[in-house]
Amino acid sequence: MEFLSFLIKRVLWSVLVLVGLSMVIFVIARVVPGDPARMALGPRASPEQVATMQAELGLDRPIVQQYALFIEGLTRGDLGKSLLTERPVNDDIRETFAATFELVLCTMILAMGFGVPLGMIAAYWKDKWPDTAVRVFAIFAAVTPSFFLALLLQILAGYVLHLLPTTGRLPNSMEFEASWTGLLLIDSLISGRLDVFGEALRHLLLPALSLAAATMGQMARLTRASMIDVSRQDYIEAARAFGIPEWLRVTKYMLRPSFVPPLTIMGLEFASLIGGAFVVEMVFAWPGMAAYGIRTILQKDLNAVMGVVMVSGVFFVLVNLAIDVLVGFVDPRVRIRGRR
Amino acid sequence: MTEAPPDLMLSNAYQNWYRFSRNPTAMIGLVIVVVCVLAAILAPYITPFPDHVGAVTNFRARHLPPSAVNWFGTDNVGRDIFTRVIFGLRISLLLAGVVLGIAIPTGTILGMAAGYFGGWTEIVIMRITDIALAIPPLVMALAVAAVLSPDLLHSMLAIASLWWTWHTRMIYSITRQLRTQEFIEAAETLGASKFHILFREILPNCVSAIAVKTSLDCGFVILVGAALSFLGLGIQPPTPDLGTMVAQGASFLPDDWWESVLPGCAILFLALGFNLLGDGLRDLFDVEDVR
Repeated sequence: MEFLSFLIKRVLWSVLVLVGLSMVIFVIARVVPGDPARMALGPRASPEQVATMQAELGLDRPIVQQYALFIEGLTRGDLGKSLLTERPVNDDIRETFAATFELVLCTMILAMGFGVPLGMIAAYWKDKWPDTAVRVFAIFAAVTPSFFLALLLQILAGYVLHLLPTTGRLPNSMEFEASWTGLLLIDSLISGRLDVFGEALRHLLLPALSLAAATMGQMARLTRASMIDVSRQDYIEAARAFGIPEWLRVTKYMLRPSFVPPLTIMGLEFASLIGGAFVVEMVFAWPGMAAYGIRTILQKDLNAVMGVVMVSGVFFVLVNLAIDVLVGFVDPRVRIRGRR
Repeated sequence: MTEAPPDLMLSNAYQNWYRFSRNPTAMIGLVIVVVCVLAAILAPYITPFPDHVGAVTNFRARHLPPSAVNWFGTDNVGRDIFTRVIFGLRISLLLAGVVLGIAIPTGTILGMAAGYFGGWTEIVIMRITDIALAIPPLVMALAVAAVLSPDLLHSMLAIASLWWTWHTRMIYSITRQLRTQEFIEAAETLGASKFHILFREILPNCVSAIAVKTSLDCGFVILVGAALSFLGLGIQPPTPDLGTMVAQGASFLPDDWWESVLPGCAILFLALGFNLLGDGLRDLFDVEDVR
């Protein structure tokens, strides 16, 4: 019951955050530039053209009304028309988002799947060589710019070793329509195309690794610190005294509570992960939302830019909501105390 | 609180330095940071070709690999990459300085206010912080670049406009823990002003956490800035910028690897220095929870 009210509270806060986010975006896109119509049409457009466009975009109305229109569009899931592709921004984002989602999802799985065990190893052999190795890795992972890592991986795995493809999601020669979820890995399995699945995985590996490295290091670091913290608790000592086997002590009694800090931070780190996706997608010519965002930014396509920022924000808020629920499951104390 | 006698304070500082200097990673970090800052300041005097900072072209010396003359090789118009890397450090350090110069005071004051006053102040400040946390700084900088124009100043302001959130969260949680402690209550009982409590009682207790966070953040701001200029939204050419150099060199991969790899290593080196320094300070001050 407490957990339910905790959840409801979290959802309400999330809605509030999204409202705030929409205001920030509105201010950036509509208030700061002065005249979006003039910006879109360029300096050579006639005053009449500008006026027509202003009327079309609702720019001639009071600012509060404009915001109301913007919100109304958002609730209908309508982000306006892209000036670059001359299509609804929704369609553009829907098409590109799946690629980004697939990349980010695999990145999180990589970061968690390797980061947490690395942290456990480091904590278990504290101050021994595995600990040192993990800490050195974590520091270098944190300070290597993701675009630089992406380039290095491209050189190494692509050009020198000829192991993995360096651009795109699939080879050009491969015909495949991801029509169910848009995620190639899942859709190819549904339709039984194992060749597509293999190629998609090969294409995904380098971008996901470049994006995951920093978070992976961060996860290892946090898991290590919280495992060491937990291992000093009395109940771990008690478990040892009771003769509970070592592996059970480490994996069950120590890992579960140690899992909470990395998980929570993962949520916050998610914003920088999306930021990193912008760079990594550019390097690997990944046809995702971030690459679309960059293209539209360079073209000063405001509707599209607003859409991309808004969708990134919603993505961030949803992931954090999901993580909060997950933390509630992992750590019952959170359910009782409510807020972290 | 009574002031410690001067000789005791001196020995404290000395003790701290002694402990710090016995920490090898922290010392490596400090050395890297000092070397980079000095190199950036003295760039015109220590670089072999200071005039290569501008739009110089020397087509006979294009794409030369690293040698005794051009330590990092030359770029696609024949400019010395080592010279441009050293000058590029200036932009990275300037970016970190300006962003943190705005973000740290803002974050500290808001965090202290939210933590100490509680009530509506806390709710408003912390909710705004939550909203700002939902926007990736890099994306914000891109959006601002789209609306205004892509240049260094706009990027710096955009990053700074979000970066304070991390400091607010940190100072807020420290202040919350301090608020109920005896020395704060004592100051309140003695009728100390709010200003006194915030800036003379709470702030000194945050200094070590701020120092650690600042050092770590310098590295991260430099990385975000490098990513921005890599995307072409940083300072505009021909002014040397590490991220821009990596982007330009990338078109000549993999044959002329030095044109992108060596400037990239410079970014890594600089960020590494600040990170190691921050880690060392964290061990020294024994502040946890600062990332």
